[in-house]
Amino acid sequence: MLLIGAEDEEKWLAEGIAGIQHNAFYLHRALDSNNLRDALKYSAQMLSELRTSKLSPQKYYELYMRAFDELRILEMFFKDESKHGVSVVDLYELVQHAGNILPRLYLLCTVGSVYIKSKEAPAKELLQDLVEMCHGVQHPIRGLFLRSYLAQISRDKLLDIGSDYEGDAETVMDAVEFILENFTEMNKLWVRMQLEGPGRVREKREKERSALQELVGKNLHVLSQIEGVDLEIYKETVLPRVLEQVVNCKDDLSQYYLMDCIIQVFPDEYHLQTLEMLLAAFPQVQPTVDIKTVLSRLMDRLSKYAASSADVLTEFLQVEAFTKLSNAIEKVIEMQVDMPAVGAITLYVSLLTFTLRVHPDRLDYVDQVLGACVKKLSSIPKLEDRWATKQLVALLSAPLEKYNDTVTALTLSNYPRVMDHLDNGTNKVMAMVIIESIMKNNTCISTADKVEVLFELIKGLIKDLDGATDELDEEDFKDEQNSVAKLIHMLYNNEPEEMLKIICIVWKHIMAGGPKRLPFTVPSLVFSALRLVRQMQGQEGDIVGEEVPATPKKIFQLLSQMIEALSAVPSPELALRLYLQCAKAANGCDLEYVAYEFFTQVFVLYEEEIANSKAQVTAIHLIIGALQRMNVFNVENRDTLTHKTTGYSARLLKKPDQCRAVYACSHLFWVDGQDGIRDGERVLLCLKRALRIANAAQQMASIARDSSGPLTLFVEILNKYLYYFEKGNKQITAAAIQHLIELINTEMQSDSATSDAFLASTLRYIQFQKQRGGVMGAKFESIKL
Amino acid sequence: MNYLVGAFKPPCNIFISFTDGRSRKQVPLKKENGKTVMVALFQSQENIVGEVVIEPIHGKKVEHNGVKIELLGQIELYFDRGNFYDFTSLVRELDVPGELYERKTYPFEFSTVEMPYESYNGVNVRLRYILKVTISRNYVSNIVEYQDFVVRNYTPPPSINNSIKMEVGIEDCLHIEFEYSKSKYHLKDVIIGKIYFLLVRIKLKNMELEIRCRESTGSGPNTYVETETLAKFELMDGAPVRGESIPIRLFLSPYELTPTYRNINNKFSVKYYLNLVLVDEEDRRYFKQQEITMYRNLEAS
Repeated sequence: MLLIGAEDEEKWLAEGIAGIQHNAFYLHRALDSNNLRDALKYSAQMLSELRTSKLSPQKYYELYMRAFDELRILEMFFKDESKHGVSVVDLYELVQHAGNILPRLYLLCTVGSVYIKSKEAPAKELLQDLVEMCHGVQHPIRGLFLRSYLAQISRDKLLDIGSDYEGDAETVMDAVEFILENFTEMNKLWVRMQLEGPGRVREKREKERSALQELVGKNLHVLSQIEGVDLEIYKETVLPRVLEQVVNCKDDLSQYYLMDCIIQVFPDEYHLQTLEMLLAAFPQVQPTVDIKTVLSRLMDRLSKYAASSADVLTEFLQVEAFTKLSNAIEKVIEMQVDMPAVGAITLYVSLLTFTLRVHPDRLDYVDQVLGACVKKLSSIPKLEDRWATKQLVALLSAPLEKYNDTVTALTLSNYPRVMDHLDNGTNKVMAMVIIESIMKNNTCISTADKVEVLFELIKGLIKDLDGATDELDEEDFKDEQNSVAKLIHMLYNNEPEEMLKIICIVWKHIMAGGPKRLPFTVPSLVFSALRLVRQMQGQEGDIVGEEVPATPKKIFQLLSQMIEALSAVPSPELALRLYLQCAKAANGCDLEYVAYEFFTQVFVLYEEEIANSKAQVTAIHLIIGALQRMNVFNVENRDTLTHKTTGYSARLLKKPDQCRAVYACSHLFWVDGQDGIRDGERVLLCLKRALRIANAAQQMASIARDSSGPLTLFVEILNKYLYYFEKGNKQITAAAIQHLIELINTEMQSDSATSDAFLASTLRYIQFQKQRGGVMGAKFESIKL
Repeated sequence: MNYLVGAFKPPCNIFISFTDGRSRKQVPLKKENGKTVMVALFQSQENIVGEVVIEPIHGKKVEHNGVKIELLGQIELYFDRGNFYDFTSLVRELDVPGELYERKTYPFEFSTVEMPYESYNGVNVRLRYILKVTISRNYVSNIVEYQDFVVRNYTPPPSINNSIKMEVGIEDCLHIEFEYSKSKYHLKDVIIGKIYFLLVRIKLKNMELEIRCRESTGSGPNTYVETETLAKFELMDGAPVRGESIPIRLFLSPYELTPTYRNINNKFSVKYYLNLVLVDEEDRRYFKQQEITMYRNLEAS
């Protein structure tokens, strides 16, 4: 019984339709022969089919529509008095003789509409009579459809009456009164549907009710279409009455739908002028009503309206729309104690969106919204709800998107306080959003204060927050820290002093982040500081002699602190590279002892921390590269450093590595440029040593593996020879090169190794130089291949 | 006109007609044989004037002991069939004993006849008015001819006509208050009213208003009561909630009603009642019956 099969329902519907068709046939016959008696009899019988209780609203609607079509025909017949010869007054009585109420009332409505049109009686009285008589049908579905029929059949008459200014305003009020009355009753019936039947099918019932909502809403729609309903009437009569019904019906589905309906159906201008009244209803609805959606739609509409023209905006200011909305939201939240956090936050998001659209210039409003949100959030425990946090993220993102400028967000005092309420994960997500916004808009954050605020905002990324125990995803962590690193580059001020402050602040913050984060963030900061150094170097003239807090020296001190911090990680390779960068910068600033100090640190690191042979190779090459560029050192210092370098090079583990490092060292003694060192003797020494090592390596290889591996080493050395030869190193002679080529050739033969591409192209290069002629050609002439 | 249906062929035809027969209002009257005929309508205190025509059949001689016309008001109770109680009996002698050879016309007049009761055709009782022409004869049966007519008496609208208002209910279950705007209705009246639901704890299915007619005849142990439901008028479909008020508007004109008759000649009464019936989903019926007084109103008829 509870679950009525769809099949049965189809059957009942078919029976109903058949009944209507059957009686409609006789009805048509009666109409054709102008037989009023029969017409009334068969129309009543036809309408009796609508008395069924077996159909769901959808099926009932189908049946209703069939009957409706027939009634239109009947209405035409009633209109034509010449056909039936009965005055409309008598007809109005005659149809009331029907014993069954539903057919009786359908007929009464039909005749009533003809009666109104005839203007033989005051429309007001007729309308009142009809709406009153319809009380007799208390069955929700049948009543709804009957009243819907009444609304539909009287609609065009109402629009006529309602727009009829020839009389006085009272006729408009008559129409309004009628619709309001009918609306109220329909809503009551609609609400009552919920109470019908057992609780088990509640969901089904709700679905059925939703299908009928438009019947109720149509009344409001008609109201909005009546021309005579001006702001005055809307404000004094329509809205108060509708709201009264909404509030009193205490039904969540109805309240939600009707509030939404009001907002959608009536003009924006009315809403704006009656905002207070409309908003006052919101705190009074049931706690289960999805107010946030409705309110957001209202704010959405209003903000669109505000955007439509500039004149409208002043109206918004006049009615203090923001204050009213904000108060309303506060009240709603206050009243609906059980509203989940997500609801409250969604409301604030909507309000914020409204504010951003309507009052983009009022940052204080934005801050006020955030403040209100903080107030709400502080009353509840930390957010666990996924949706709530999502909304909170939306709340925080809105100003960022609107202003395209994170700096603005930084001036909002409540912004960080809202962020405090996010859980750790979301906090990070939000921090990422902020950073992305900065990156996207290429916003430069240029004061220390703002940097301080910004780092406060993104502290989720900067340090471990309390209670963060969850295992981090390595990838995510890297992403986050890379973002922070990127962010550091966006902090920039032309003023060295301020920039130094910024750097100090950032340093302070990233120090707090612990060793895990340093390898990501320190390099950015170091380079940021180095940029400052170079910048100051450019303006050196200005700052000399004055008592300036920002001097390169100071910065270098800071830099060495930063890099030192990396040793705690430990991340010696990174530290080493950074030291080298610093040394280069110090070189640029002509600070010899600073540069020397950095190199010292480099070697200390190399000795103590870099144990991995591969790392050592890389480190050595980096050191060689850096050192070669240094020009601040005096001879003594330079000798010390180069000596050390060559020493370490020769002591690498693998012979090929040794070899390569050693021949690279040769560059330390030969620096291109005006005042570069050109110590040909020591270059040759290095190369010879490299050759020896290459030999040894080759022997080891042939013993160990019976193959010739490191022939390339010889070719590489040959290339070095050729380089210096071309650069004019007197110590590198053509004979030496000749000798080396022969050596390689012999090795090749003994090894019966296949031809080596590298060697081949090297030889081709020699050939090319020989043929080129000129000075270089002459020089190469003596080399015989 | 009516022919006498006798055991053998009557020697003459008798016609009874009213002087103002053409202009007088005719109303339908149901005869015993089920046929409806149109007859003249009178009210009390009217003069009943007309003529009787006696026409012997082609030259036959009718010998008689006198001709008379009677105006009779009779009450016939069906359980006592054949016995008529004449509450009114007026006689006019039309002719002295003699012989009739040819068609003869007798005028008659009953002036300001007192006819306090209306013609009534009920389930167990009939009240009728007749004109009876009798040609008395010796040795053979009298020749008799009847002419029915109907009497209706009009009452002015009652000076006091209170509404019927009452609160009824079943404790903690159903409380309603109903109101009919009047307690006395004329025959073409409209019953206007309201039913106000004060408490509804049962699932109602519908509500209807019945018009019931209660005819009681006889007296003492021989009282016969016949109740007939003349109208069933659905007032409400579905279940109302507390505070709901349902309108009543019932036009009486479609129904065949008579005025209320109270103790007519100590023989019978006809009373009318409004019966409000509420039906719940289990088809249980809850009802409350109220008597109303019906009267005949001149303007409305």
